[in-house]
Amino acid sequence: MTNQELRLKSVVLRKNILKYIYIAKAGHTGGSLSCIDILNVLYNKVLNVDPKDFKNPNRDRYIQSKGHCVEALFVTLADRGFFPESDLETLCAYQSHYIGHPTKKVHGVEQNTGALGHGLSICVGEAIAAKLDDKRHRVFTLLGDGELPEGSNWEAFLSASHYKLDNLYAILDNNKQQITGNNKEVMNTDSVRDKLQSFGWAVKEVDGHNLEQLEEALKNGPFEEGKPNFIIAHTIKGKGVSFMEGSLKWHHGVPTEEQYALAQSELNTAEALIH
Amino acid sequence: MKKYIDQGKNDTRSGYGAAMTELGRTNPNVVALCADLVGSLKIQEFIDENPERFFQIGIAEANMMGIAAGLTIGGKIPFTGTFANFSTGRVYDQIRQSIAYSGKNVKICASHAGVTLGEDGATHQILEDIGLMKMLPGMTVINPCDYNQTKAATLAIADYEGPVYLRFGRPKVANFTPVDQKFEIGKALMLSEGTDVTIIATGHLVWEALIAAENLEADGISAEVINIHTIKPLDEEAVLKSVKKTGCVVTAEEHNYLGGLGESIARTLATQHPTPQEFVATQDTFGESGTPEQLMEKYGLNNKAITRAVLKVLKRK
Ligand SMILES: Cc1ncc(C[n+]2csc(CCOP(=O)(O)OP(=O)(O)O)c2C)c(N)n1
Ligand SMILES: [Mg+2]
Repeated sequence: MTNQELRLKSVVLRKNILKYIYIAKAGHTGGSLSCIDILNVLYNKVLNVDPKDFKNPNRDRYIQSKGHCVEALFVTLADRGFFPESDLETLCAYQSHYIGHPTKKVHGVEQNTGALGHGLSICVGEAIAAKLDDKRHRVFTLLGDGELPEGSNWEAFLSASHYKLDNLYAILDNNKQQITGNNKEVMNTDSVRDKLQSFGWAVKEVDGHNLEQLEEALKNGPFEEGKPNFIIAHTIKGKGVSFMEGSLKWHHGVPTEEQYALAQSELNTAEALIH
Repeated sequence: MKKYIDQGKNDTRSGYGAAMTELGRTNPNVVALCADLVGSLKIQEFIDENPERFFQIGIAEANMMGIAAGLTIGGKIPFTGTFANFSTGRVYDQIRQSIAYSGKNVKICASHAGVTLGEDGATHQILEDIGLMKMLPGMTVINPCDYNQTKAATLAIADYEGPVYLRFGRPKVANFTPVDQKFEIGKALMLSEGTDVTIIATGHLVWEALIAAENLEADGISAEVINIHTIKPLDEEAVLKSVKKTGCVVTAEEHNYLGGLGESIARTLATQHPTPQEFVATQDTFGESGTPEQLMEKYGLNNKAITRAVLKVLKRK
């Protein structure tokens, strides 16, 4: 896949996130738009996963700790061929498998998540298991920056470096916001790089909307032999839709008909510019 | 039977928010904590009026419970706020050791309980919290039924010394209890007298019980409806008095049948007055996405389910 194709895909995936949130009348819009470039790069450039052989024990593992942004995960999995995209018309609907948080009922999902602060510990376990079995596959997770204050994350940070898990990659969707406000005002987690380095992790910072930077960071690990890998991806909540970018009300927002049309037209313009 | 009128649908969590505003004005010892869910818990007004008595802890619920325990020093009365699953299961050991065992005067206020939170699905729909909390020695467990009662309960627990779990929900539901009704912790409310069967309900199921009783009346069955807002301590006297008259009971709650109100009633009856009982509750399952109405229907938590249970228990008399 060329870089241009990958860039186009990011726009299409953004359109799909909005489409299915609009149909469902529910969903986590801002955080899905902030992490979609990360997921695009993971599933189309980095992860060794195959929809037709998903249970292959040598596959790379991806567990989305910020489970509320399930829409980003589902549209990416659909695009990658795990299930028909039209399935997502039932997103969050009664009796649908496509419920409002990641569930293993959906083909391609590794782990049920949604309560924050769980994903990283599970990944530590999976990374240890891979090492025990002499497997070469890698383990990835995506954390929210608002999620970071969960104490369990810091317990997991310690154990990952203690067990020298250089096959573990934690990506921080650093969109600087959570539900109630900016991270800084809700609970300050400044100097994440210093904190993680002092916890024994190798840290890289990238522009989380720059696909080349993401690919470069995620493809070529470990950053340092014997150290778990932490990627601070600087992102913008609501990225790609002008009136959603950086706006708190879009954490859990569903667009009106008008807003939906406006958002799609902005994304269509972005798509045309790439062509 | 006695008729109740919906004064206009409202969410129970807004009753909590309104009471917090009032407490902010009347009780200087009340302090509030929240784990990034200010909007969901409806406490913005409290924060605006008392910024120095509000502590945003971020998404760190275990830390919030520990901080609340510590904050009780000097007579402060901490009210913690997050969703019910993160108020209980996530932080159980903090509550057990640092609040319940240590006898701290913390009010654990929990929104979005049960399946009625809707589309977010199973991860957020706790159906085990009443059980978790009632098993803790010294813990008071309250599940009010509507906006007015949630407001009254919130005010009442501020005046009570000891740990309390206050459980409420997300959707807008009928608001039918009298606006000035005093809330007495541990005192069951007789909503409607009857002679054939006792329906004991808590939380969102109380309104459904009233509808069921009305429908049953049309079929010539006289149901007594009791609102048990306080699951612990249980008003055993009210329960026993009623079943001694009716001879059978249906319990109704938005919670797993394991560990819920029904089990507490069953224990009371088994030890003091064995009585046929049917449980309207979830059947040991996790939830899923859907509207509150769809999920209440699927999991058998509405007036139809209560009516079915009544017909069943009547045959066992
Ligand atoms: C343990 C836990 N507490 C609270 C919540 C409710 N919640 C869902 S999303 C969210 C904010 C998340 O912020 P962040 O991690 O920054 O995510 P993003 O900005 O990427 O959407 C909260 C508090 C939850 N899902 N899990
Ligand atoms: Mg964030």
